[in-house]
Parts: sequence; structure tokens; C-alpha cells
Amino acid sequence: MNIVVLVKQVPDTWSERRLRADDSTLDRDAADAVINELDDYAIEEGLRLQEAHGGEVTIVSMGPQKAADAIRKALSMGADKAVHVTDEALRGSDGLVTSAVLASVLGRTGFDLVILGSESTDARMGTLAAMLAERLGVPQMSFASKVETDGSKITIHRQADYGYDTVEGALPAVVSVVEKINEPRYPSFKGIMAAKKKPVETLSLADLGMDASQAGLAASATQVVSFANRPPRAAGTIVTDEGDGGAKAAEFLASRKFI
Amino acid sequence: MVSFTLNEEQEALRRTVEEFAKGVVAPVIGRHYERGEFPYEIVTRMGKMGLFGLPFPAEYGGMDGDYFTFCLALHELARVDSSVAITLEAGVSLGAMPIYRFGSAEQKNRWLPELVLGERLAAFGLTEPGGGSDIPGGMRTTAQLDGDEWVISGSKAFITNSGTSITSVVTALAITGRTDGRPEISAIMVPSGTPGFIVGPEYSKVGWRCSDTRELAFSGCRVPAANLLGERGRGYAQFLQTLDEGRIAIAALAAGLAQGCVDECLRYAAERTAFGHQLGHYQATQFKIADMAARAHLARLAWYDAAARLVAGQPFKTEAAIAKLTCSNAAMDNARDATQIFGGYGFMNEFPVARFYRDAKVLEIGEGTSEVQRMVIARQLGLRAGPG
Repeated sequence: MNIVVLVKQVPDTWSERRLRADDSTLDRDAADAVINELDDYAIEEGLRLQEAHGGEVTIVSMGPQKAADAIRKALSMGADKAVHVTDEALRGSDGLVTSAVLASVLGRTGFDLVILGSESTDARMGTLAAMLAERLGVPQMSFASKVETDGSKITIHRQADYGYDTVEGALPAVVSVVEKINEPRYPSFKGIMAAKKKPVETLSLADLGMDASQAGLAASATQVVSFANRPPRAAGTIVTDEGDGGAKAAEFLASRKFI
Repeated sequence: MVSFTLNEEQEALRRTVEEFAKGVVAPVIGRHYERGEFPYEIVTRMGKMGLFGLPFPAEYGGMDGDYFTFCLALHELARVDSSVAITLEAGVSLGAMPIYRFGSAEQKNRWLPELVLGERLAAFGLTEPGGGSDIPGGMRTTAQLDGDEWVISGSKAFITNSGTSITSVVTALAITGRTDGRPEISAIMVPSGTPGFIVGPEYSKVGWRCSDTRELAFSGCRVPAANLLGERGRGYAQFLQTLDEGRIAIAALAAGLAQGCVDECLRYAAERTAFGHQLGHYQATQFKIADMAARAHLARLAWYDAAARLVAGQPFKTEAAIAKLTCSNAAMDNARDATQIFGGYGFMNEFPVARFYRDAKVLEIGEGTSEVQRMVIARQLGLRAGPG
């Protein structure tokens, strides 16, 4: 099975993240870069499916030069090869542009199954799976907490607040996964050593037959026009117990709809 | 040019183990420690990521790494917890390494694959209730050949990983004969569950409370003659290199603990306020942390040097002893200072620095006390013991 896992490099959730003052895009120098957390689960699922069904796992990532680190980590976890789309003109691309670029890459690599995290921890749009499925004309199987396939058909548990739906579709398909799906492995030293010998193809927009006018901030359908920092946390409410503390606390909770 | 910069792969491994320690070990280890439980789940996951296979070749399922990368993993684990680090250390350098180094093809094929994957653990029995580094002179455990079986009698003390539910074999040193009154010492492998091999209850330890440490008794315990590991009469000599290497591993573990103290204090100094200011704004705190960072740095350089010599095939006995002495001193000093910075919380078991404080002491004792390290260094410098 030809499995493609989409990986995005994002600023570490645990570090302080900022937008740039000049164009409201992500300040990539301000924070440590890591693999988008949900993509770790996507990689793990890709590797498990490969272990069960054979075939190859290809990592595809669009991002700056530095995203090569994320790709290297994905390869050290066990993926076979990678494609890195990097081009200065891509900076500021929104979901729509990203999906066009990635769809173009997937047209080159071919695929039976595309797996990605259900959202990134930086933009948190969560729309890429849908956009890609639409562009590629294949089923969209989103928020999967379980994936099963026989090589021609795919069944997932689509995670919801009330439980899960069992959804079935035909391959090829695009699957987005949630963190309930598995426990991502840590790379072994053998995997780390092997990763540097694995092929990584680097593509520019021109290699994909696209030009700069089709990408980046200017070509994006959405742009961040302004932003504000989260306000500092307000002081808590102090309830003084004058014999009616319990009632007051309950009242407070009720006013916040906790009870 | 001398350089102690990690190469790309070493740095990737270091970061991976750091993430594992923070993500998998840190959230649960406090509870295990409180209860004195062996962290089976963590050990399984360490096995899956290949940590038990680091210094072994792929032929046995290993990672084709070397002793330096193994020590690097110990260092990163010990920044978060020493119990899991010592479980790995003992599992590899005391458990699997002697089998890899001295075992027959049959012994290696039988025992190594599971040990290298961390699915099973092996232990090494040298120390006895009556003696540690003064073995072989003080050894009491004996093994006599009776037909095609060894009959083992005696006991061993403080044996790490000897009584877990995944322990497969313990290699015990025993006296197998005497020539001119001098004991002939051999290494004999005793599989877990062998009749007459009695595994005692876990010790109640001051630190390393999640590691499995037990007293073992052998009472007419019979194993096949083929369980001899390496050459008969060479048991102690074979083990000497294991001891020297093990000192570097313990040094790396100690340096990790010393660094863990710095990590914790930096976090706490930024969070905690006292007398109206952040703790980290007081020079008294800053100087303490600066001293701790300096000790952790020097400790790291000391074991890097010893491990680099080992890997390069150069003599490393002196450097290993210096590293063990230096790193365990740094661990003790930093643990003391870290608990002081944490104040009352530093005395509470639920805080990592309290665990560090309890775990640091044994580093001056295990795998050769600090006094033994000084003896080794002095001998290497050509100083001889005088009369009396």
C-alpha cells in the first residue's frame, strides 16, 4: 500500500508563540520547532498500516528549510522516504493554497491512503483534510480514532462528542486522525542512523508547475488582519463564608453553567 | 582538536530520550516511587525504543550504537529519574553485556535477543552480604561440579533487577575450586525459577525506590555444567572490564541527576516568589544555581572523556574512576543545593528534587564507593599501599 503521511512543522506548544508585527504571520524564529503533535499519531498509524499490509510510507511536508528537521524525525520513526516542498514564495499561505500545493505533490507521488493529523497546533483550522479530499476527488475520512483496511476498503471510527460513528469508504482516501488512535513510537537509535540515508526529494513551486503568484500571503483567500494577545488572567472571585458559603459557591457555579 | 560536541545522530538520540523522559517517565514516576513499584510499563517502552539494545550489534536485535550513546541515554533519563536509569544501566552493563562478551554462541542466542529488546532483564551477582569490592578475597558462594551439574550454595546482596517478573537469568560469581589456597572464581548463569535459587524480598531502600534490588540465596541450586559463562576460573578477571565500564555509566547517570537539579531549580526560581520578588532574582539563588550548573557541566565533561576513550579503544581506567568520583560528588552537592532552594517543598517526596536527594547518596556507594575510586586513581598514579 502506498501510504503518504502529511507532516507540518509547528512552533512548540510549550514555548511562547508569537505572530510577526509586520504581516501577522507566524514568527518562526520565536519558538522551538517541532512536529505538529497530531502528525506524530498520523505517522504512527501510517507505520502500523504498513507493518500490517506492506508497501511504503512517504512523508510529505510543506515548510521552510528548517522543516527538514521534522522530516528527519518522521524518517527516524520508520518512514521510507520524503518530499519536502519549500519555496520562499510559500510564506504566509493559508489552508486553501496549502491544499493546492499538497494536492499537486500527491498527484506526483500517487497514493492509496493519505493520513494527516486532524489539525495543527498553530493555525488550528482543521480544514486541510476536507480541502485535499475535494481537490483529489477521493473520500474524506475525518477525526479517525481507529482505522482498518483490507487494501481496497477503509473503515474508521470517527470520533465525536457522543462517542463515534463507524464510517466506511473506498481507497484511495484521505484520513485525518485524532490522538486517541494510537501511541506514537519514539525513534530508536537504529532509526535515527537509518534516517540520514533515506531519500528526501526537495521541490520548489516551479517543480510543481506553479508560480509565485499562486502561493503565499497574496494568493491566500484568508489573511490575518489584526491580532491581540490573550488578556492576562483576571483575579478569581473570592467567596467569603458567612454561613452561606456553600450556597454562594453553588450560585457562582450555576451562573457559569457548571452545575 | 578536542571536541565534546555531539554529532547529529547522538544529538537526535539525546533529544529523543529527553522527550521520552519528560513525556513518559516524569508524569508517573512520582507515584511509582511513593509505592516502591517497579515501573514495568516504562521499561517496556524503553525496550521498544531500543534503549536496552543501544551498545549491541543488530545481529542480536541491537541498535549498533556504542557505549557512549548508551551513557548519553542514561544521562537524559537520570535528569528526570534515577530508578529507571539504573534499571537500564544494570540491565545492559551488568545483565546483557557479560553474556554478549563472554557467552558461547548458544548462550548468546538463547538469552540476548529478549534482553536486547528489554522484554527480559538479566542480573549480575557479585556482591555478597559479607563483601563488595573486597571480593574475591571475601567471597563465600561456592559452586561444585557434580557430574554434569553445578551445585551452588551461598548468597548475594544488593542485586539489581534480580527479582522482577521479567528477570530471566542471574549470572552469579562463585568459587569453583582452590589452587594453592587461592580461590578460583567462575561465572555461572542461573535461570530464574531454578529450584534452590531463592529470590529474597525487595529491600526497603532510601532511594532508587522503583528499581528492583534483592538479596539472593542459593541452596543446593543445580544448573547444567554448560551454564558456565566464559572460562572457568576467569570469572572475576572477566568482570573487571565490566566494572570499569560500569563506572562510566554510573558517572553519566550521576551527571544526569546533577543536571536534573539545575533544570528543576531554574523552573522553580522563575515560578516562586519570596519576600516580594521572584526567587531567581536573588543573588543567593543565582549563585547557588550557577555553582550547580558548573558542577553539572564538569561532571558531563568527565564522563564524556572517559566514554570517548573507551569507544576509541584507549585506556580509560583512571578517567572512569575520576568520572565516577567527580559525577557522584556533583550529584550529591547539587541535590543538597536543589532541596535547599526548594525550601520546605524540597523535603516533600512529591517534588522531584526530594527524589534526587534520596537517589544521590547511593551514587557514592554503588559500582565502587568513592573511596574505591580514589584507591583506583592512586594505584594508577603509581602510589602503592603501605604496610598496615
